[in-house]
Amino acid sequence: MEHPLTPLLKKDFDFAAALHLLNRAGFGGTPQQVQALVEMGLDGALDVLVEYDTSEPRKPGERSETEPPRDRGPLFANGEFRPDVLREPTPEEREALRRARTQGDEETIARLEAMRQQRERDDRAQLALMQKSWLQRMIETPRPLEEKLTLFWHGHFATGYRTIENSWHMALQNEMFRRYGSGEFQTLVRGIISDPAMLRYLDNNQNRRRSPNENLARELLELFTLGEGNGYSERDIKEGARALTGRTYRGNDFFFDKDQFDAGPKSILGKNGNLDGNAFVAAILERPECPQYIARKFYRFFVNDAPKLSRDGEECVVRLAQEFRRNEGRIRPTLRTLFRSRHFYAPENRLAVIKSPTQLMVQTVRSLGTPPREMKSLIDAGDLMGQQLFQPPSVKGWDGGRAWINTATLFVRQNIVIYLVTGRRPQGFDWSESEMSYDSLPLVEHLRDARGGLETSEAMRVLASFALGGSVAPERLAQLEAFLDNLDSSGRATAITNDRIKALLCLIGAMPEYQLC
Amino acid sequence: MQNTPFTRRLFLQRGCALASLAATVPCFIERSALGVLGNPLLSSNPGVPDHRILVVVQLGGGNDGLNTVIPYGDPAYFNARPQIAVQAPGGTGNTVALQLDQNAGVGLHPAMTSLKELYDEGLVSVVQGVGYPNPNRSHFTSMDIWQTGRLDAKGSGWIGRYFDATCNGTPIPEGSVAVGRTAPLAMEGNIQKPISFENPALFRWLGEDLHGSMKDPYDAINRAGSLAGTPAETQKDFLMRTALDAQVASERILAAVAKQPLVRYPDHALARQLRTVGAMIRDGMPTRVYYATMGGFDTHSAQAGRHGQLLRQVSESVAAFQRDLKEQGNAERVVTLVFSEFGRRVKQNGSGGTDHGTAAPVFVIGAGVKPGVVGRHPSLVDLDQGDLKFGVDFRSVYASLLGDWMKAPADQILRGQFASAGVVRA
Repeated sequence: MEHPLTPLLKKDFDFAAALHLLNRAGFGGTPQQVQALVEMGLDGALDVLVEYDTSEPRKPGERSETEPPRDRGPLFANGEFRPDVLREPTPEEREALRRARTQGDEETIARLEAMRQQRERDDRAQLALMQKSWLQRMIETPRPLEEKLTLFWHGHFATGYRTIENSWHMALQNEMFRRYGSGEFQTLVRGIISDPAMLRYLDNNQNRRRSPNENLARELLELFTLGEGNGYSERDIKEGARALTGRTYRGNDFFFDKDQFDAGPKSILGKNGNLDGNAFVAAILERPECPQYIARKFYRFFVNDAPKLSRDGEECVVRLAQEFRRNEGRIRPTLRTLFRSRHFYAPENRLAVIKSPTQLMVQTVRSLGTPPREMKSLIDAGDLMGQQLFQPPSVKGWDGGRAWINTATLFVRQNIVIYLVTGRRPQGFDWSESEMSYDSLPLVEHLRDARGGLETSEAMRVLASFALGGSVAPERLAQLEAFLDNLDSSGRATAITNDRIKALLCLIGAMPEYQLC
Repeated sequence: MQNTPFTRRLFLQRGCALASLAATVPCFIERSALGVLGNPLLSSNPGVPDHRILVVVQLGGGNDGLNTVIPYGDPAYFNARPQIAVQAPGGTGNTVALQLDQNAGVGLHPAMTSLKELYDEGLVSVVQGVGYPNPNRSHFTSMDIWQTGRLDAKGSGWIGRYFDATCNGTPIPEGSVAVGRTAPLAMEGNIQKPISFENPALFRWLGEDLHGSMKDPYDAINRAGSLAGTPAETQKDFLMRTALDAQVASERILAAVAKQPLVRYPDHALARQLRTVGAMIRDGMPTRVYYATMGGFDTHSAQAGRHGQLLRQVSESVAAFQRDLKEQGNAERVVTLVFSEFGRRVKQNGSGGTDHGTAAPVFVIGAGVKPGVVGRHPSLVDLDQGDLKFGVDFRSVYASLLGDWMKAPADQILRGQFASAGVVRA
């Protein structure tokens, strides 16, 4: 019997379907890249997109010398980034400070304080560099789903630099998401309760035997695994917090402080005994609410983020949760089933997700082939549009969907496309043309006839439909036609030029539909 | 109706809600909006004085409160700050405080002559020793505490919650405007989201600057509302309606700031922001809360000259804004709060600066304030780890602004009972 996860018929994997897949499982691609996927067929395309190679052993700080930095291996490798920008004072410095304090040596105190402040400034600078590197990686990666999942988990296990103020801890966490993001969910959950950034962010470094802190236990249940009020009680939070006592960090490493661990008997989610953090996680992962909660989150991120799901949508979430459970929490085969399903390609789910600011920028570059321009400007624009990498607004992550859009962010969204297409800045009055020019003609090259001619209306229709993710309303085509007609009442056969495509792309980027993918 | 261009403007003239919400607005709200037909100042709660406006000026970095409102009456002040102390009124030297309250022994930094004039006109309330328990000395965390109005620094902003609590479940178009790079957390509600822009000239599509031919097609695209055949309630429908809202808001704000102000503003960042705020108030925008920010107050070293310049800018900007409001005839409608995330250490450090501290004064300015110096200056000898102990909880100041000035349920918004600091006339 047919249900939402029934596979798509092979013949239905056409250009628009491949474009949809590439936009959702990644950050889009050029018409040529989409066509290549069509020719591979659905399963071939999924082999490339979903079964990307994660075999290479990667730990933050390790990098294969033979591989280019952004194509293989950890993003935040030694050399480029330093694990020790923010370090504890050395014993000598501590002693010097102590002596200066007792002697009232204001000058030494000030000097040591200045050094500490310099380390903090350096650390903020490193975080800014990490933001740019990650965005650049999303733009360049041959494994887009890897970065998309890293972004997904960053929003799911949200941790903000502002609170923890340690860039290397953010880097370690980011590498964990990248390395295990398509693996088993339990690896991620176990990882996050051993992750220095998260332990600090949710105060678990202050979760001690005699004074438990419930912050991590609460969010672990409410936001990371089961969902608010789904199959757990306040008592499970209290007992769970006890199970997490003693989990802290030293320097850049997880540290289990035995003296602070509450070894007494506990009762969590129906399990009894001297439970520790891992036993707490095991108890959580047995709950049926867990795959349901994660499946819904996958669905909203990859399929449809309307405030209310359709009946088919709800059924798909249920089936996806079953699939996730059958796969024992393995993410990759679960997503493969989703990306193969009829429901994923159903008309109601095409252009049904509002692009995150990151998706908007990266997809514009990857699909239209614009120069990436200055990463700093893109990072600033992301901030203005409500998404700063490594700085989610709270432990809830980004709400996504309609929360991305208001009258102010909409203008920034429209203007950032102008910046990418023309090099004109999204803010300030610095309107000098960037050195990087943009050749947009490859977008329509494949439409030329045998004599090299290009039929304007057809080229415009294909261009708009492609840039808008697979379809364009007739009203919009008429509006674009009117624009070209006004420019030039004669010689329409030669009307498609690089400049004109760029102007069209600026208008297309200003269409409300451009915010969808 | 949805396909008529300028739909939302028609709505606005009748005093209705956003086009992006039109399809979802419950009919009781639509009716109440129609009740104020012709009145551009939207009223959602009968009996609430909707004409009142709150302006928040945030001084980022931790303003040195002890060198802003100077406790010259206390010798401990001069002992703690041998190089950077401001002298008592009547004293000698370059920096001699302006007299505020002789009995209390407090004066104003000499760079703040413009603010002193406002004070003498009875337009300024100086609240001393404002802070909160267990002070946090991190810029970010302490600012988040002030902005959320919560000691755990979590959740929505206090101004956002003001709107959420009073807007009947529907955001107010242009209800809250932040003039700055990004909207502050303080203005983020669950329902109400602020408009924010750094430069009003950029609160628009920049494509029309590329070529004159771009504007018409852009307008056609973005002023159409939802295209025929777009299923209601879909993301596409929502986007098309928001696009129309954005055009109307942009047009309105650009028109407001295009007019020359009635008074001269100085030329620096805070003054430009307040000039923009003044223009929007003058133009009758329905905005209830404006937010402006100024940074640079993190004076760890050689602060004497620089701190004076910063205070001069604050003082001149606020004074120009106040004169502008008076010329407009809007002085009675607006109260301005000036605050910083914390004050600074009592004792100066080894670099002629000051390190992060705790309690500090805030200013509340406007024709509606109860003028004078409020609260006692915190002791300079009874300290907590070298820092002042706060006397007035910052949420008491909020309680006064929310309850007394905006006539909103302060307890509900602040999630607790805080006695009003009584800084405005109820």
